[in-house]
Amino acid sequence: MSLRVLYFAWLRERIGVPSETVDTGAATVADLVAELRTREERYALAFSDLRSVRVAVDQELTGFDAPLAGAREVAFFPPMTGG
Amino acid sequence: MTVRVQRDDFDLGAELAALRAGRTDIGALVSFTGLVRDSAGGDAVSGLELEHYPGMTEQALAKIESEARDRWPLQACLIVHRWGRLLPGEQIMMVATASPHRQAAFEAAEFLMDFLKSRAPFWKREHGPAGAKWVDARNLDEAALARWTKPR
Repeated sequence: MSLRVLYFAWLRERIGVPSETVDTGAATVADLVAELRTREERYALAFSDLRSVRVAVDQELTGFDAPLAGAREVAFFPPMTGG
Repeated sequence: MTVRVQRDDFDLGAELAALRAGRTDIGALVSFTGLVRDSAGGDAVSGLELEHYPGMTEQALAKIESEARDRWPLQACLIVHRWGRLLPGEQIMMVATASPHRQAAFEAAEFLMDFLKSRAPFWKREHGPAGAKWVDARNLDEAALARWTKPR
């Protein structure tokens, strides 16, 4: 499956791109993260502490155990600081 | 019932006037405006950068707004949030709530603020003498959400 993966704030800076297309067979967000981590050092660094990473699947805030079946877009970002 | 995400500044007075224009049923109109401070934790701040997630931001704000309308008898509700580079003293965002009586308007405005601080996809980066730094989410902001999940 082909997923659009987006990164925001310091995750975007550490990974070096705002978004990319990822071909993956990952069943859950956690699987996708595990796959990205093994790719290159910059991903391992960005995802080294998941307590400070939040995730949205198709623009809905969710958890790392969320399934990816049918998903089109996954976004990773730090805890939000709006207002 | 409006949500706007924009780069440009807004005119608070004009927004509030538009909200109640032609209406005589509103008894209470509450507004909150968030501004860029010139210091943070003792360090000088020369500017603020606000990044957001286009698409999700609008959806998340609309969802928070619709939940506020379910909980309180609101006659009007407005959220305006800016993104981009802002200078100290500039307006970052505003919420306004209108209802027949003040308690609902005050509570709904606080609810909107508490939720959009940690549930709307915005990230702040402060610029200062030591360079730029992403603002950490405060535990306090997360704790503020808890009071709204208690059974009412």
